[in-house]
Amino acid sequence: MGKRVGIEVSIAAADAVKMADVDVVAAYPITPQTHIVEHLSELVANGELDAEFIPVESEHSAMSVCCGSSAIGARTFTCTSSQGLALMNEIVFIAASLRLPIVMILANRSLSGPLSIWNDHTDVMSVRDCGWIQVFTETGQEVFDHVMWAFRVAESQKVSLPVIVNMDGFILTHVIEPIEFWDEETVKQYLPDFKPLNVLDPEKPTSVGAFGMPDIYTEAKMAQNDALLKSKPEILKAWKELGDLTGRYYKPVETYKTDDAETIFVTMGSIGETVAMAVDELREQDKSAGLIKLRLWRPFPFDELREAAKGAKQLIIIDRAISYGGPGGPVASEIRSIFYGEDNMPAVTNFICGLAGRDVTPDDYIAMFDKSQKMLAGKVRQEDYVFYGVRE
Amino acid sequence: MAKKVESEGALTWKDLEVGCVVRDPGNASQYKTGDWRSMRPVVDKSKCIQCGVCYIFCPDMAIHKTEEGYFEADLYYCKGCGICAQECFTGCISMVPEEE
Repeated sequence: MGKRVGIEVSIAAADAVKMADVDVVAAYPITPQTHIVEHLSELVANGELDAEFIPVESEHSAMSVCCGSSAIGARTFTCTSSQGLALMNEIVFIAASLRLPIVMILANRSLSGPLSIWNDHTDVMSVRDCGWIQVFTETGQEVFDHVMWAFRVAESQKVSLPVIVNMDGFILTHVIEPIEFWDEETVKQYLPDFKPLNVLDPEKPTSVGAFGMPDIYTEAKMAQNDALLKSKPEILKAWKELGDLTGRYYKPVETYKTDDAETIFVTMGSIGETVAMAVDELREQDKSAGLIKLRLWRPFPFDELREAAKGAKQLIIIDRAISYGGPGGPVASEIRSIFYGEDNMPAVTNFICGLAGRDVTPDDYIAMFDKSQKMLAGKVRQEDYVFYGVRE
Repeated sequence: MAKKVESEGALTWKDLEVGCVVRDPGNASQYKTGDWRSMRPVVDKSKCIQCGVCYIFCPDMAIHKTEEGYFEADLYYCKGCGICAQECFTGCISMVPEEE
């Protein structure tokens, strides 16, 4: 293994992309992703990374360029946030349906308006159904590792799908963390050369992105969904091998003190560490708390979640986005529907918090725990979600 | 976009190429447009003079000449636009609703 260095996570992420030896980077700078793209352009300009850096005029063009470059068999990376993701939305869906193994880091940031540059998960939830593999990271080390992992999974011929690596804006992008870099030998061992399933080649002409009549569209969607579901074994295999090489074993659903827990928090992304502190504090107060951290968001890890929540009487689901006028937070509504009708179905409370970077401390999670107990003394319906900490 | 079959309607989701890539150029001939049709052209051979004006005007080249010298539409492709009936000198082509 390589050396451990104190480094800004964005810079480390860009270095990981460099070490993955990408061929094409097409991206447009946007807060809080900027340092990743800036550093990549430096690496290319300095000759440290032999890649095409395409400074596009918008994110819509960025993802369009990525589709083109991936289709000719080039290892392709992009990176965006919030409004940038919204602008590239159209092509994000197309990349998945064309089965192009592009890797994108999404530095999670709230969507306007009001205009905000700070962190929550409203951006990624706007593309929840885009067909990409979607994973959440909690620390800088996880971001670095998951850049390698993402290329490995995306480009596997058994998968051939694009991957979004979510990292919380500012909370991860702009902090300096100790990160263990991989050495070149390990990268080489883990990440084979990109051998695409389809290549655009004038010698063997093919058409990519043709239209489909009603007669074929349903079949195309079934095939696409099947491909995403079948990526799961490759995802697990890539994590296993990453663990064997680095000693860091990742799982679709991470658990903390869940074994005997009656009440389990469910989180995604960097807030997991804060909630873990709250769980420790609750345990000291003899309260039966645990924590589930969802790492894999798509394809959804149904079995792993059921197993992790086994025996729990309550789930406190933390959402960092809202479905306006709908069933609360997207994470809670999905998890509630997974457990609906199952034996020993856990009761669910849903807290929407940490919107646009508002601080949520361990004490806040303890307060949510206590509020949950009170709420569950009565009946809690799907629409009884709570905007935690809102001033009234 | 898939392995060769008689028509698109025979394809299952497992038959599709990854990403619906089209590997064989010119495969539009497999593309069934006949199911767009709500009316089909019917020729009254007693009035047909075998001039072929319907063949010339058909925008989809769906009309071909039979061994007997008459012209008929291939209903796999014919969209039922009615241009052949409009252009026919003798009025031997009538458009008949599909449900009849």
